[in-house]
Amino acid sequence: MIKGKKVVILGDRDGIPGPSIEECLRPLDLEIVFSATECFV
Amino acid sequence: MNFPVLKAAAYALVHAPNILLTHGTTQLLEGAKNEQSQYLKELPSALRSFDQAAAYPPNQAYIGAIKPKDLEQIAQPWYEQKLESASRFGPYGEIMPEDEFYALMKIVDVFDLIKLEKGFRAEIQAKLEKHPLFDQDDLALLGPGADLEDLQKMLKADASPMKIGSDLIGAVAPAHDLDQALSASIMFENLAAKASAVLVLRHLFRENGIDPLDVDYIIECSEEAAGDMNQRGGGNFAKAIGEMCGLKNATGSDLRSFCSGPVHALVSAAALVQAGVFKNVVVVAGGATAKLGMNGREHLKKGMPILEDLLGAFAVLISSNDGINPQIRTDTVGRHTIGSGSSPQAVLTAVVTDPLERAGLSIRDVDLFAPELQNPEITVPAGAGNVAEANFKMIAALGVKRGDLERSELADFASRHGMPGYAPTQGHIPSGVPFLGAGRDLILEGEIKNFMIIGKGSLFLARLTNLFDGISFLVEKNPGLKASAGTAPKDEVRRIIAEAMQDLAAILDQ
Repeated sequence: MIKGKKVVILGDRDGIPGPSIEECLRPLDLEIVFSATECFV
Repeated sequence: MNFPVLKAAAYALVHAPNILLTHGTTQLLEGAKNEQSQYLKELPSALRSFDQAAAYPPNQAYIGAIKPKDLEQIAQPWYEQKLESASRFGPYGEIMPEDEFYALMKIVDVFDLIKLEKGFRAEIQAKLEKHPLFDQDDLALLGPGADLEDLQKMLKADASPMKIGSDLIGAVAPAHDLDQALSASIMFENLAAKASAVLVLRHLFRENGIDPLDVDYIIECSEEAAGDMNQRGGGNFAKAIGEMCGLKNATGSDLRSFCSGPVHALVSAAALVQAGVFKNVVVVAGGATAKLGMNGREHLKKGMPILEDLLGAFAVLISSNDGINPQIRTDTVGRHTIGSGSSPQAVLTAVVTDPLERAGLSIRDVDLFAPELQNPEITVPAGAGNVAEANFKMIAALGVKRGDLERSELADFASRHGMPGYAPTQGHIPSGVPFLGAGRDLILEGEIKNFMIIGKGSLFLARLTNLFDGISFLVEKNPGLKASAGTAPKDEVRRIIAEAMQDLAAILDQ
């Protein structure tokens, strides 16, 4: 379903950080166009 | 080894609903995107009065009027549970109203960038005359006051407004006509950080009977950047704050590491004292105007009052060991290293279990943990979860993994070794340091034997690294002074010198 898609990742410092989500998605055939971790506290 | 001690702690909040509207970045960005924003239209009606903010139980816990654990007995939502006993002043400091704070910003403004409207200036002088921290020398710094027309002219020349409701009561001029690092909005932000730090530092001395002249060094650890276009962030808040509090014998510097900055500063202060470089080191930070109303959109959507309407500030004195005050175990400092990894598990392993393991301690040996203590009533509706509770759950899980705890102990770990979060979301303010005052008192009262302060910071927000940050230390009951290895007691030194003088006199007589 997400094969070949462009992906924007917004991680949360109190949840899952952006780089961790990147690691999970990396084996899939998709393009990560932006990844960052945000802080709301 | 005689460890340094946690000699005193002070805390202050500033109720700042109008600064939230004019300087909170959430509101500024919303206004820049959409001048007709529905959020900005509805926001003023959800702001709290000073009395509501002062009676809010977490704020009373912050200034020491109640213990953090007392919050467990108060039904939530806390914003519907005003404390009848609430007072503006608490054992650790105060909650200052916004009008008095504007005047304090003017008092600490040594470059005369701020003008206060004449009528407001007269009114506020009468109020400040009753305040225990301000004398006639301070009040003289309020200046002559300006006409409203002059303030409006300042705004046309890029000044930043100071408002109470719809009334313009003052303005902050830019400190340079082109330098963006000295723009009016940056100067407002920095003067607010300086003023709130001055407020809490004066409380530290007054509430604890400490002579400011005894302080040798100041470490300032807010998240603001003082400087000009050629050295943005060059500093030095520390000496600027100390100058306004009579610390004539002190020097100082600024230390930064996002939310974990204060714990880095405390470890540095403890090291300076233990090494004998300085006897008394102050760690201090004022509040962040940018973060006011940061999650306001979510609070408004959920029909809540806007709870992020307070600037936070704290000050701590670290001194050489007096045999009485709780000591800082500089031999069990936990640190998140560059190689530690950024997952929540990796961070807490680095800052909690690794240092305990080095010290031969179990998680069970620590009476209370003080990690990020953000008020959950602010963070849960905003989608960030209960940050304090998440920390306790992870620490408990690591305890089970290490065999320190039974799996059955997971459920009530937070109530036995933790506390509810109660600090405003002011970045550097909630990360461990709010508990220094209450923790010190609990140890001195014999209620607990130790506690761990944990600071964590989001370094990735500066877009220079994806790294996280964390640092921790243990504070414990003082067992009393010990003679340090390799040093002789004073009487012994006197005896040796006296004998040497007698020998010399005998030689000279011959």
